[in-house]
Amino acid sequence: MKSIGVVRFPGTNCDRDVLEMAEAKGFRAQYLWHLDQFDTGAFEALILPGGFSYGDYLRAGALSAKSPVMKSVREFAEKGGPVLGICNGFQVLVESGLLPGALVQNTSRRFIDDWAELELVNSHPYFGKSGVSKKIRLPIAHGEGRFYASERDLDAIESNGQVWLRYQSTPNGSMRGIAGVMNQKKNVAGLMPHPERALYSWMGGTDGWGFL
Amino acid sequence: MKQKFGVKIMPREVILDTQGRAVEQTLRLNKLAAESVRVGRFVELEVAGTEAEARKKAEEIAKFVLHNPLIETFEIQKL
Repeated sequence: MKSIGVVRFPGTNCDRDVLEMAEAKGFRAQYLWHLDQFDTGAFEALILPGGFSYGDYLRAGALSAKSPVMKSVREFAEKGGPVLGICNGFQVLVESGLLPGALVQNTSRRFIDDWAELELVNSHPYFGKSGVSKKIRLPIAHGEGRFYASERDLDAIESNGQVWLRYQSTPNGSMRGIAGVMNQKKNVAGLMPHPERALYSWMGGTDGWGFL
Repeated sequence: MKQKFGVKIMPREVILDTQGRAVEQTLRLNKLAAESVRVGRFVELEVAGTEAEARKKAEEIAKFVLHNPLIETFEIQKL
């Protein structure tokens, strides 16, 4: 049985939550360290959790995107393996060029810690297999979550069906309300909200359960 | 031989410069209003080699990680 790899950088958080989510859904899961490369054949999917990797120095996700583990992540993604970036993990994936666009500071200039109402625009073939409803509610916690891309790139992202999730009411100034995107091949995906923080009703919501 | 270069990184005009906006607001509150404020980043690099080699290396570094071409521009200055 292949594992789900949970990538850890210095400053990653919610890595334990993601690992436990994978285990709760019946997967084998293991951590992957930022300084190590790994055998991509041993994994069925990879998840980059949230946090403040490498202290968010330079730009959120910029230094992590150049770490040794990302060479293996890229190799895995190029072979078509499913890769998910949550929050800071999403920032790492855009900085590494595996996902389009950039994530810049919220227009309010404030860190936002709240729940967000989202619309599932296009389903992801892997992350969401067990069922994500059309309208969901997930926690968000970020300072640099405003999705940015040129108008031309945004048109391409929309027409290729790469928009994964959209805010019902955009809290951070994201262009076209984008909360989650996929790459062209649709195997790589990233989102600012935290599905792993909404698994059981005692967490305040269960809409994250369907993401794995 | 070591050469010193500065890399000036600025947010592109199309990007809302949130830091610049915050500084602008503080200046206004202190009656020092500027027409506009933009905040970027300045990185000093010490690179080995002749000036031409070192400049090439500095450019490579700037392109590799110091700036994100989608949202920022950069300029190399010999120090």
